[in-house]
Amino acid sequence: MSNMLEIRWHGRGGQGAKTASLLLAEAAFDTGKFIQGFPEYGPERMGAPITAYNRISDERCPIHSNIYEPDYVVVVDETLLDVVNVTAGLKETGAIVINTPKSPEEIKDKLNGYNGGVYTIDAREISMATLGRYFPNTPMLAAVVKVAKIMDDDTLVEAMEKSFHHKFANKPHVIAPNMEALKRSLTEVKAHE
Amino acid sequence: MAIRDKLSGNEAVAVAMRQINPDVVAAFPITPSTEIPQYFSAFVANGQVDTEFVPVESEHSAMSACIGAGTAGARTMTATSANGLALMWEMLYIAASCKLPMVLSVVNRALSGPINIHNDHSDSMGARDSGWIQLYGENNQEAYDNAIMAVRIAEHADVQLPVMNCYDGFITSHAVENIELIEDDKVKAFVGQYKPSTYMLNSDEQIAVGPLAVPTHYFEHKRQQAESMRNSKEVIVEVAKAFKEISGREYGLFEAYKMEDAERAIVLIGSSVGTAKFVVDALREKGEKVGLIKVRVFRPFPAEELAQSLKGVKTVAILDKCDGFNAKGGPLFSETTSALFVNGYTPLAVNYIYGLGGRDVKTTDIEKVYSDLSEIVTANKVEDPYRYLGVVEA
Repeated sequence: MSNMLEIRWHGRGGQGAKTASLLLAEAAFDTGKFIQGFPEYGPERMGAPITAYNRISDERCPIHSNIYEPDYVVVVDETLLDVVNVTAGLKETGAIVINTPKSPEEIKDKLNGYNGGVYTIDAREISMATLGRYFPNTPMLAAVVKVAKIMDDDTLVEAMEKSFHHKFANKPHVIAPNMEALKRSLTEVKAHE
Repeated sequence: MAIRDKLSGNEAVAVAMRQINPDVVAAFPITPSTEIPQYFSAFVANGQVDTEFVPVESEHSAMSACIGAGTAGARTMTATSANGLALMWEMLYIAASCKLPMVLSVVNRALSGPINIHNDHSDSMGARDSGWIQLYGENNQEAYDNAIMAVRIAEHADVQLPVMNCYDGFITSHAVENIELIEDDKVKAFVGQYKPSTYMLNSDEQIAVGPLAVPTHYFEHKRQQAESMRNSKEVIVEVAKAFKEISGREYGLFEAYKMEDAERAIVLIGSSVGTAKFVVDALREKGEKVGLIKVRVFRPFPAEELAQSLKGVKTVAILDKCDGFNAKGGPLFSETTSALFVNGYTPLAVNYIYGLGGRDVKTTDIEKVYSDLSEIVTANKVEDPYRYLGVVEA
């Protein structure tokens, strides 16, 4: 399956990494792809490191294991860089996307000599400015879609608008700020390749 | 026209239950099956089904309530996992021996202890001799399809037995993947109306269900129960044919994948089949004669058919996602090798216990099995047929 894209998410319990992986699966599904979205379940505690996964492909992917050699890694919480080997198995043809106010150059020495693409996005600042609370998953979702070129900006915006209307049916006031966070992230993700 | 959607295995089974609209669902929540009654109770609350939903206080009560509903002539469904299934144990045998068609989705999880919420097959494999038919699905699509087919198998006049719709906890139950749903009206037409020939609330023809059977009658009762299980094999194949008409998807007792000229084969059950198929495809590209068999129906056990399918191989690895604790191998190994022996075939057979308690099963694990099989072919013998895959030895 040469056209398969594999993504691994690293976050902390409560930050929405699992939700982000499911939203990404949904958005990719809407573009006609075959998708898998699944977290690695464990004792669920707020703040504990968690991992979630996505496979996106043109035909049904038969593999049902975790992902050990991802094309892309998303780090939803910068403090995980000191705790988890986030670049383990990460393909050098791919990239890592990190939530941090730092530039890719500044963060690079924490990546165990990883030589692929390094991208950063200040999801905390975006989230606080748009939602007034810290929910980094929406900006991180937009950032990885942009970096991995999973779909174009307009398609993502349209798919997420639909998802948020469904997901936040009971709290419609958070839809517009989430969309704002999404759009800002698409333009603010910083590259070092 | 099929409905393209993306659902977790549990969501898919809940949708199947909505489409089937059973008379009674009695359930008690346990991870990872909890979402099934959770989603289904929302369908009840929204008026999308007219099912009597009975939220009971334990799994023993859940199965008891299902038995009560079944004897009254109701189409009945429930779901559970692991220790929940263990708590149903006594009542599983009652449901089967009372010949009550019902469908229990078993979201496979390791049976304690040590306590573990993740996937293996120790729960349903323990219940393999309870008299229930057991279907195993590989992914969300098969969990959904089997839930629908199970109703027709269970209620068939020649069967009248309860059916377990088993699929892997978390790996299948919680992962979101593409699925093709069948239109509501087609599912309803496929399962039809449940019209039991005899039932307790039929005042025109009163019957007793589950009374005392003294030694002059008990044996004959069990003999008839066994006959229903024997009959079910043909019915399962028939129902699969009818299901193909509405879905386009093909099901049998098992799936033989690239087995025509295979010299080395793996036999396994559940979500790791896809991972193994990926490996088979890669090895085939290198010209290696490998194949696999995915067992879909474990009860009744398709012994003759399985033996036929394996008769040409030089060696076969049988993978069990639960240990047998008989010090000789897991249940799938014991039954497959027994089937081979009785039918006169003797490929070099080896057993691997794998994936216990959610231990991830990787493509490299499956590659190792095929590579071990090559060594067995070269050595032309199996020194140690009872092995472990992916365990850290002390």
